[in-house]
Amino acid sequence: MNPIRQDFPAFDRLDRPLHFLDNAATSQICRPALEALVRFETDDRSNVKRGVYARAERASVAFDDARKAAMEFLNAPSPEEIVFTSGATLGLNTAAHILQDRLKPGDVILVSLLEHHSNLVPWQLAAERRGASLRAIPVTDGGRLDLERLDELADRVKIVAVTHASNVTGAITDVARLRAFCDATGALLVLDGAQRAAHGPLDVQALGCDLYAFSGHKCFGPTGIGVLWGRYDLLDSAPPFLGGGEMIRRVSIERSTFAPPPHRYEAGTPPIGGAIALGAALAWSMAQDWDRLGAQERELAGRMLDGLASLPGCRIYGDTGTQQRIGVVSFELEDVHAHDVCQLLDSDHGVMLRGGHHCAQPLMERFDTVATVRASLAPYNDGADVDALLNGLEAVRRKLA
Amino acid sequence: MNDALYDQAIIAEARSKTGAGRLDAPTVTAECDNPLCGDRITVDLAVQDGAISDLAHKTRGCLLTQASASLLARYAKGGDVAAARELRAAIDAFVKGQDDERFAILTPVRNAKSRWDCVTLPFQALADALADLEKRG
Ligand SMILES: Cc1ncc(COP(=O)(O)O)c(C=O)c1O
Repeated sequence: MNPIRQDFPAFDRLDRPLHFLDNAATSQICRPALEALVRFETDDRSNVKRGVYARAERASVAFDDARKAAMEFLNAPSPEEIVFTSGATLGLNTAAHILQDRLKPGDVILVSLLEHHSNLVPWQLAAERRGASLRAIPVTDGGRLDLERLDELADRVKIVAVTHASNVTGAITDVARLRAFCDATGALLVLDGAQRAAHGPLDVQALGCDLYAFSGHKCFGPTGIGVLWGRYDLLDSAPPFLGGGEMIRRVSIERSTFAPPPHRYEAGTPPIGGAIALGAALAWSMAQDWDRLGAQERELAGRMLDGLASLPGCRIYGDTGTQQRIGVVSFELEDVHAHDVCQLLDSDHGVMLRGGHHCAQPLMERFDTVATVRASLAPYNDGADVDALLNGLEAVRRKLA
Repeated sequence: MNDALYDQAIIAEARSKTGAGRLDAPTVTAECDNPLCGDRITVDLAVQDGAISDLAHKTRGCLLTQASASLLARYAKGGDVAAARELRAAIDAFVKGQDDERFAILTPVRNAKSRWDCVTLPFQALADALADLEKRG
């Protein structure tokens, strides 16, 4: 058994093996995060910032510490640049809100065919409001951004908003190349880190992006919480997104002045327990040996890719190598629908997969398909999970194909 | 829980492809998508004197949708329009627990709520086609 499972309560009491390979959708929560959540809700539960009693003081300190954990996880320069959101989706909508006033009619937001709908629709809405338009970086047959084509797409680009790692093909984006493009064009760079954040700590300063969003539930924290990091001057350049408590400086009936970032973007009582638990999950992640975990993930991804490649009638979408990718693999079995595969793998083999368009319909169209099966790895997966997947697929193929 | 979801009866019904294809000159056509997976069914009806004289469906979907589309063809084709109008509600009631011999092979789907839309999709397409027909008067 993979020893890291001891850190994940989901594996504590099982009457059957848990071959959980749907980590790109939601990972399991790590024990420190769950314990931090229970501790807060049991011992410290109270609102933050407005209480003077000791219990509220403890809650406020823990909440501030969580913001610092997120700062360290991202290697952000200051906790004032960490905005708690409900997840990547709200983070990306907030990013679009913050940047939209810079757009003039005719300007272009450069996205890509790899995007999850949550890094597409917010930009469509912003473009519509400002008379701007979207342009998409094409994708290679190997499921990667076709950055060779970047220069021909440059005209009037003001914002580049792309995924840091694909939730369908697993491809990791060459951010340095995009950074150079943004330097040359003056565009701002927004990264959707929803997938990448589950694979170890980040360095937004080295990446050179301007805004970065991710979700807690995909990186071993709870649901309902996420982070938007942004350069302070950008965060400070826009009006609030939502109005309410916690985000104001001074309010009269006629008008209000707004709190500085990050509070300007955190209207209302935040998900306090969620933020504290996310801080614990990020601390857990920072304490891991990601060189070892990365090697383990590549080894398992390689076994998965090799096994799939030798399965008759199996088509892999994206690169079949293990470099510059996360352990997310999409495929299809000839003549067997993705949901039939997923249902049978679960009921007959205890393997949890995802089938569908993965909220990436433009990419499905690019690959001329409607739905794929996706298997995605986390540090607690092991060879038995991959074997169960491959044996299960062989059985399904015999049964249905 | 879903042990029997892919039992032989469902697989056989899906593979029968009853009514699969398109009509050359349909009276009315409806297309219906399942947003969960992007599955799509196109239903063509030929209607004459208040009866569905012919029906064909083009189905891009999972086995459950295909089995259900075969059942749709079995029950709607050759019947009268009034009876066909009842089918959408009937399959809905069936997945929620109402006994109905016609859909008996789909019984295992009752325990898989995430798949209910898969079996109701063909009947929704039929209902859409009939609604369109009615609108035209
Ligand atoms: C690449 C990518 N971006 C954004 C999201 C949206 O994340 P959430 O639903 O947690 O807001 C996801 C999650 O499915 C994703 O995989």
